[in-house]
Amino acid sequence: MPEVLIRGGTIVDEQGERRGDVLVSGVGIVAVDSTIDAPAGAAVVDAGGCIVAPGLVDLHTHLREPGAEVAETVETGCRAASLGGYTAVVAMPNTEPAIDNPSIARDVLELGRNALAQVAVAAAITVGRQGVHLTPMAELAALGIHLFTDDGAGVQDASLMRQALEYAGDLGIVLAQHCQDDSLAAGGHMHEGAWSSRLGIAGQPALAEESMLARDLALVRLTRSPMHFLHLSTAGSVELVRRAKAEGLPVTAEVTPHHLSLTHAEVASYDSAFKVNPPLREEADVEALRVGLEQGVIDAVATDHAPHAPEKKQVPFDEAPPGMLGLETALAVVSSAMSGRLGWVDIFAACSWRPARIGRLDPASGGRQGGPVAPGAAANLVVFDPTAEWSVDPSRLASRSRNTPYAGRQLTGKVRHTLLEGEPVVIDGEAQR
Amino acid sequence: MAERERRLTRPGGRVFVARAQVMDADEVARALRRIAHEIIERNHGLDDVVVVGLQTGGVPLAERLVRVLTDIEGVTVPLGSLDVAFYRDDIGLRPVLPEEVTNIPLDLMGKTVVLVDDVLFTGRTVRAALDAMADHGRARAVQLAVMVDRGHRELPIRPDYVGKNLPTRRDELVDVTADGVEIGELADERTAR
Amino acid sequence: MNDRHLLSIADLGREGIEDVMRTADSFREVAGRSIPRVPALRGKTVATLFFEASTRTRLSFETAAKRLSADVMSFAASSSSLEKGESLRDTVETIDAMGVDAMVVRHRSSGVPAQVTAWTSACVINAGDGQHEHPTQALLDCYTIREALAQRRGTEDSQNGADFAGLRIGIVGDVKHSRVARSNVLAFSALGAEVVLVAPRTLMPPSLDGWPVKATADLDSVIPDLDVVYLLRIQAERAGQVLLPNLDEYHERYGLTRERSNRLAAGALVMHPGPMIRGVEIAPEVADLPSSLVTRQVRNGVFIRSAVLFHLLGAADSGEAIDA
Repeated sequence: MPEVLIRGGTIVDEQGERRGDVLVSGVGIVAVDSTIDAPAGAAVVDAGGCIVAPGLVDLHTHLREPGAEVAETVETGCRAASLGGYTAVVAMPNTEPAIDNPSIARDVLELGRNALAQVAVAAAITVGRQGVHLTPMAELAALGIHLFTDDGAGVQDASLMRQALEYAGDLGIVLAQHCQDDSLAAGGHMHEGAWSSRLGIAGQPALAEESMLARDLALVRLTRSPMHFLHLSTAGSVELVRRAKAEGLPVTAEVTPHHLSLTHAEVASYDSAFKVNPPLREEADVEALRVGLEQGVIDAVATDHAPHAPEKKQVPFDEAPPGMLGLETALAVVSSAMSGRLGWVDIFAACSWRPARIGRLDPASGGRQGGPVAPGAAANLVVFDPTAEWSVDPSRLASRSRNTPYAGRQLTGKVRHTLLEGEPVVIDGEAQR
Repeated sequence: MAERERRLTRPGGRVFVARAQVMDADEVARALRRIAHEIIERNHGLDDVVVVGLQTGGVPLAERLVRVLTDIEGVTVPLGSLDVAFYRDDIGLRPVLPEEVTNIPLDLMGKTVVLVDDVLFTGRTVRAALDAMADHGRARAVQLAVMVDRGHRELPIRPDYVGKNLPTRRDELVDVTADGVEIGELADERTAR
Repeated sequence: MNDRHLLSIADLGREGIEDVMRTADSFREVAGRSIPRVPALRGKTVATLFFEASTRTRLSFETAAKRLSADVMSFAASSSSLEKGESLRDTVETIDAMGVDAMVVRHRSSGVPAQVTAWTSACVINAGDGQHEHPTQALLDCYTIREALAQRRGTEDSQNGADFAGLRIGIVGDVKHSRVARSNVLAFSALGAEVVLVAPRTLMPPSLDGWPVKATADLDSVIPDLDVVYLLRIQAERAGQVLLPNLDEYHERYGLTRERSNRLAAGALVMHPGPMIRGVEIAPEVADLPSSLVTRQVRNGVFIRSAVLFHLLGAADSGEAIDA
């Protein structure tokens, strides 16, 4: 592989922000300096006016393979990821069949071997995500799997959840919960509130999320096992996590770009692209989530990229499956939503090195993600133009599906180049393979 | 005569600006009286005659005509009104809603109907009215009375009784009221003021 | 009507509602003729897409379309498009390809008529969608009230009775799940009426933010002040759910019993979207009281739907200049 010189950008990593050129050779960064002359034969990529940062890490990606290859495959999902500046994704286990045993986990990891982003896997907590029997967590952990979740469903049974936490605690792995009490959320297709009442759509109350979160925090207090909370969406949830962290409980939390940017008012169009779980909430919730991310109560941004084939979404709102695309728009959406609140270092912290750490993909855990932009570090890098304006055209997305909530919208900030293990996989906004 | 310059709101924010009065109130009254006499003469009295005004301009004229007819002959002539919104040939091309509910108080079978309108122009409204009337029974004869015939016919329709023949340009507008008849044109609200 | 579709009463506003009612007056006159039909929509095709069975509403729309000389196409489908393995979009585009000018859509899911507008160039009329709206029902209810008000004032001519200012209308029952209630709240209040919703909290929408209404759980406290009591249909399957212990208790608290009907103000109207369940929403012995109004609602439904079709298909502005 030829050397690559990333020239003229502003470097952003955990050490801070500074001007500099980055020279990549093989799979690693070999030099970082204020100006580097291009060695003979090196490919030069322009980063003028751009940020050069560690590649983004998504803790929450639905790659849909195996089972729903019509909506997404590991290959297409990772292409979308790389276009969004991601160099690693954690594949969620709600595939068909579910990732609940080592053989399926191995298959998915194998499919990711050649993809345009590193593929890590989260495995299910219970067999078939049925909420009844625990999966063979030790065997799965032996494959390097660190996160376990029944995402798409919360573990309803409190006693089972307690045992899962105790068992996981011994293995040093982390359980991640989709907080949703089904008895409270039952039949709800959007947030319960002023809009659901007006639109005549059954809603799920904020309480459906908060009550399970409160229960799980109590279980963490009891078991002392660490836990990660997926896609928190309400002001009440932010408050619960704030108190839990103040108390010293070993918990982390993530928020999606859409919960930071959209409200339940979008559903007024009955466009099923706005159907998502947890649902889009109120202005006050969006504000609380932004504050939560600003103050570090929420650790990471995760996309919950959830592709659905068009025909599955072109049905009545209450029959449509929940979920929206996120990988290709995430960084632009998050940086706009947090502008004036978070500097670039904190934005990349939330999108790169903090999620890398939660997923144990960071250098300290033996991984190659979220690392510093420094000689000796892995060359997983994103070059982001924070001022580029673009309009989201669903038909031009790399994902196999089209269910973006940002169709036709004007976004600010676009990924220009992505390097995966030294390979320029995205150049000038085009995937290279 | 600035104070007599009336402005009628028209679609598109354009207003009617009168340029000249072509008949005054007395002349309209005299024309109506003459038409009444002609109707009586042509029909040998008023047996089986029904007067029907077209919405909206023809209705007040029809009411006046019936009063004059009653004055002259001492008999009551049945009066109706007809809205042709459901019978126009430009439905879907122009936003036209019914102005008033059609009111034909009797079956027109065997009657002589005198249709009354204020201005006869292209003839399309009268064509629609003939269709509309057919739904209220088969009249023995239909006659047409108008206060102004301004020409520019697009259909083979002619009036039987005319208050005044008035040569006009296509883009002019003729306005008939109890005060008389005015000719003018549409102007932008801005320039009209 | 400024839009190409009728999805919600909010599309009309007060002026739009009054326009439709005035045009409906003309269709009432047409209905009285020996041949109750006008040629206004000759050559236009109106398709009724009823994904949820409702013979009454479908027949009402089809009769309304035929009175305008439109061609009528009738499509009935199972309510779940997923069951058939065909997306809603496929179904709509297939019918669109046949060349229709208006689609009258009924579906058990809220929002389907709004979704359909994206997949057809035809005008879309909401004939009842899930728990969202049923705008033509609200229009015919307003028309019926206006007619009754005019009669009370002793004028056959109801043209000036569209002002509901000072009128107190109680909507009683399962407001939460009722599309009729949502449309009627918007329509009654647009015309100036004071609307009070009467239901137990379990049958009230979770939020009434932005609703121009008052709400109470106590029917007896408001019944003497009401000029119109609008009883909603209670679906039997709600009882036995946690929302409602049983229908007897519902009748006890929210049914129009003889005692309650005796406490109604003189001349108060009792209305119901039909079909009525005697012994639940209304006691058998008072059920005869509003029957004439129910018949009138059905008849008025045809006039209103003709008016809506004429407004959308006949009175549209093509933007082309045409000599008068």
